[in-house]
Amino acid sequence: MMRLPRFHYYRPRDIREAALVLAGEENAMVIAGGTDLLPNMKRRQQTPRTLVALRHLDELKRVTNGSGLVIGAGVTLTDLVQDRGIKSAYRGLWQAAAQVATPHLRNMGTLGGNICLDTRCNYYDQNHEWRKAIDFCMKKDGAICWVSTGSKTCLATSSTDTAPALVSLGAEVELETAHGQRTIPLHELYRDDGIHYLTRSNEEILTRIILPDGAGTRSVYWKLRRRGSFDFPVLSVAAAIRFGAGGAVDEARIVLGAVASQPVLCDSASEFLNDRSLTDEVIEEAAALCARAAKPVKNTDFSPHWRKRAVARLAAYALQELRGDDMRATREKIARQAL
Amino acid sequence: MSKENSYSVIGKPRRRVDGADKVTGQTCFADDIMLPRMLHCKLLRSHVPHALIRSIDTRKAERHPGVKLVLTGRDFPNEYGILPVSQDEQPLCREKVRFVGDPVAAVIARDEFVAEEALELIRVEYEPLDTISDPVEALKQEPARLHDYSEEGNIHKRLSYEFGDVEESLANSAHVFEDIFFFEGNTHLPLEQHAAVGVPEAEGRVTLWSSTQCPHYVHRAVAKALDLPMAHVRVIATPNGGGFGGKTDPFNHEIVVARAALMLGRPIKICLNREEVFYCHRGRHPVLMKFRTGVDVNGALTAMHLQTLLDGGAYGSYGVASAFYTAVLQPVTYHLPRYAFDACRVFTNKPPCGPKRGHGTVQPRFGQEVQLDKIADRLKIDPAELRLNMVEKPGALTANYLKIGSIGLAECINRVTERSGWKDKYRKLPSGRGVGLACSSYLTGAGNSIYWNAMPHSGVQLKLDRSGRVTVFCGATEIGQGSDDVLVATVAEILGIDPLDIRCVTGDTDLTPVDLGSYSSRVTLMMGNAAIQAAERARDLIAQAAAQKFGADAEVIEFAGGRVFNTGRPEQEMPFQEAVVCAEEIYGSLGTTGSYTPAPPPGKYKGGGVGPSPAYSYTAAVVEVEIDTASGWITVPRVYIAHDLGRTMNPVLARGQVEGSVYMGLGEALMEESAFRRLPARLSGALVHREPSMLEYKSPTSTDMPEVITDLIEYPDDNGPFGAKEAGQGPLLPVIPALANAVYDAVGVRIDEVPITAEKILQALDSKARGGSGRVGPAKFPELEWPEPYRVPPPWEGGDGNAVNKPQRKRAAKMHDMDRFRKVTAS
Repeated sequence: MMRLPRFHYYRPRDIREAALVLAGEENAMVIAGGTDLLPNMKRRQQTPRTLVALRHLDELKRVTNGSGLVIGAGVTLTDLVQDRGIKSAYRGLWQAAAQVATPHLRNMGTLGGNICLDTRCNYYDQNHEWRKAIDFCMKKDGAICWVSTGSKTCLATSSTDTAPALVSLGAEVELETAHGQRTIPLHELYRDDGIHYLTRSNEEILTRIILPDGAGTRSVYWKLRRRGSFDFPVLSVAAAIRFGAGGAVDEARIVLGAVASQPVLCDSASEFLNDRSLTDEVIEEAAALCARAAKPVKNTDFSPHWRKRAVARLAAYALQELRGDDMRATREKIARQAL
Repeated sequence: MSKENSYSVIGKPRRRVDGADKVTGQTCFADDIMLPRMLHCKLLRSHVPHALIRSIDTRKAERHPGVKLVLTGRDFPNEYGILPVSQDEQPLCREKVRFVGDPVAAVIARDEFVAEEALELIRVEYEPLDTISDPVEALKQEPARLHDYSEEGNIHKRLSYEFGDVEESLANSAHVFEDIFFFEGNTHLPLEQHAAVGVPEAEGRVTLWSSTQCPHYVHRAVAKALDLPMAHVRVIATPNGGGFGGKTDPFNHEIVVARAALMLGRPIKICLNREEVFYCHRGRHPVLMKFRTGVDVNGALTAMHLQTLLDGGAYGSYGVASAFYTAVLQPVTYHLPRYAFDACRVFTNKPPCGPKRGHGTVQPRFGQEVQLDKIADRLKIDPAELRLNMVEKPGALTANYLKIGSIGLAECINRVTERSGWKDKYRKLPSGRGVGLACSSYLTGAGNSIYWNAMPHSGVQLKLDRSGRVTVFCGATEIGQGSDDVLVATVAEILGIDPLDIRCVTGDTDLTPVDLGSYSSRVTLMMGNAAIQAAERARDLIAQAAAQKFGADAEVIEFAGGRVFNTGRPEQEMPFQEAVVCAEEIYGSLGTTGSYTPAPPPGKYKGGGVGPSPAYSYTAAVVEVEIDTASGWITVPRVYIAHDLGRTMNPVLARGQVEGSVYMGLGEALMEESAFRRLPARLSGALVHREPSMLEYKSPTSTDMPEVITDLIEYPDDNGPFGAKEAGQGPLLPVIPALANAVYDAVGVRIDEVPITAEKILQALDSKARGGSGRVGPAKFPELEWPEPYRVPPPWEGGDGNAVNKPQRKRAAKMHDMDRFRKVTAS
């Protein structure tokens, strides 16, 4: 098997100590489930000198109710999927978490880890020898972007499932350092840059995810991938809608995953839906607006052309499900499972 | 009661003999072997696709703490390769690397980590050569040649055969159909990565444990590559965690650890990582195919001319055999009065292709069965009727001189069409839903060994003693297919004892008689027949002894339920163990042997040795699909399959083989592809496997598997043990074309290439909507200069199995003549 490089391993007593170590050590990274980081380290995509463990910290594993819901970043995806409250009030998040990777990886992987998931590209997610054979790329050890050799920035794809769902739900995240903390809307955590895809500084630890009260809001998540398990998304649509009296849309938020280096907010589609009822025509129009926002590039499974064509279809499925259509048979075909 | 119903073990559903060990983690795979003082090996692999090796500097690596030995190509005297005609591999490349992944050096160190560190310290200076990425490039004259022994340029091998005047028949046919298909390459993807341990023995001998399907062939290759007498090399095949043909070649890493063990006097282990398994490859060849097929007014075949072009990758491997297999089995399924084929294999700078489940026959079977669907569509004949009307007859001798035994194909077709409700579905389902039918046949063991010899293909030895325990020895290899179970069941059946009273020892060249290995679906038939012979000889000895004891004739002695009876006087009986004691008293220590050699094939023409088999299995499948016309998204809800396996040895395992084949077939049909990436030469010149990883090489998961409705059809074959034929490869074949045909039934588009993806379906639907062909597939077959064909008249045209002409063949080098080969490479 591929072997991990050498590294120091810290097991801090609490977040504060973790933050201190992180601030004090050169080239340190946090590790929670390790399902993303450890394979990357084996492939020498990341070679931290020091790992600061978060997985054992109880304060990161709490799910607490307030006006909304606060989920600790260390909650595993399996725990999240087994939380009935999340399943009923934040269905889009639940559907997203339930489709991450495989059951085994969800047992280890955390919500915080999935939010911070490294961007992916099939020129980059290869072992060191393979990348050497193509003379590396700008995301690691090289100078060029092989996806688009004229590109000045890295085009690696945001491949997190939970982030589009959380952004559609209006989630905020709390970041903590040794000196204090800040809370920002989740979408501000991201940047459309495959290398510097997070606005989080290396000293900051993502500690909590804060969701607004879910009452009155319906949400869904549709994920497209070749197989019913394992695969990262090649496209995903997260949508959350608060319906007003009379069934018209009060507020809508549609977010696309895996079509840029960050989750993409479809503002024009979301605004178009305001005060409209989800008729077939309205859904078709909104779905077309979503497709316009998607700019997939050739660095995942499936061709960008086909992924772009699939956006409207998947967005329509999402809106139909939010309207209350029975989408179980379609779900079964797309996701290969009931959700 | 007829004999076939009276078996007590054969045909009964049983837990496999190695099952408990496997599910409780007791099975010792190659990577589980841990020996005292064992060291670890890693290989440095080329990161350039085609280059001369200018120099290799290993000095820094040798000085790295924990490193015990660094080897390069100069440490190995000889070439090797699976076929005598393609001895073109080196344990570590000496002068040249031919693909990204070709090994150039080996480090043996305290542990894997240190070995990996040391690999980084080796400096290799390469002089890049032109790179050949596909057959079209390979057929050009200019590019650098991969091997000096190839027929011409990068053409490894061309074959040309004609069984009757095909052109005349085509000219006189009611209809002639011409179709071009492409089948993308794909790989085996066994869960277990290859691993091997070399262990030094006294007096310069060596033992090699390896996850190989063919210990006998590895035995030959190690001895040859290292200039050792075969008597000084022992190869032990560990149980394989899946093989599918990917572990049938001898591999460089096996030879390297054997050599290192001898040099250091310590056990050396190597475990490949997943990327390296992709580089070992030997998977499905990408094949471009052109079929020109004539039919009469009823759609029955009159003649066929098939041309195939195989992308072989960087080495010979089984490639010459693969090229034959892209053509030789076409006449076995339906009666084909005249047949001609041309096949060409080229070298490219990619991991070598070789045998994968269905070896070479899967690609043309896809083409033929899709073309038959087109013929049925055009002639408005039900595709099931079309096929039923021309199923080949039992006992037939085909146009290319393959002798068929039993054929249950008609029943297979009837079974799947009944089960699937074919008549109510074909062309009757709403748009977006469809059904497709296809059939196939496959060998039950290659009729010839990969090297010419007149010895048995399988040998079995039995040891019996006063304990009542029977030990059965055979060189066959358990790769998950259940060969140990077949071996034990066969002996248990003949001796009338419990399978649990039998121990089997397999796949050890020191202890077990030679069996050629677990490939070509040969083990059940060949090992089974050898086991029957050994067990019957033991039974006869024991029967003699028991008869003496009872004062009866040996003919009346029967074995059943762990006891030995006088059938004339049932009160005369004793436990099997007592009967063995009687025999041991009379004959001394007890041991018997059995062996199996296939009958010589009726085709005596040169090349007629590829294709003959003691028996052929038959399969029919109906695949259902559902397609979303807006995206091309395809779902397979159900697969119906019926497989004529002659006789079911153990229905639990046989179903596992059939359904596993369906699974693998669907993977190839829908998603799997060994795709390569070539970067612009001015920027990089790289030619790499696009996704050498378990995550991105897409193979279906359990969630993607449809419901499978399986029928085992039994048409016993006279050559099979208890009538048994193969079940492990054939059922894969019809799944792929049946799916393609179902896509056409569902949405009216033809995807004439594999894999059939949502993207291609959408592309075809777009084309159809614009008034285009509604087809996605290759447009043309390149112009190729074919040699003069061997002309062999079919049996019904007065042929006797010999060619009537003597075509001249160009020969660059005779590979089995190693001295000449070396001169050629040196020049």
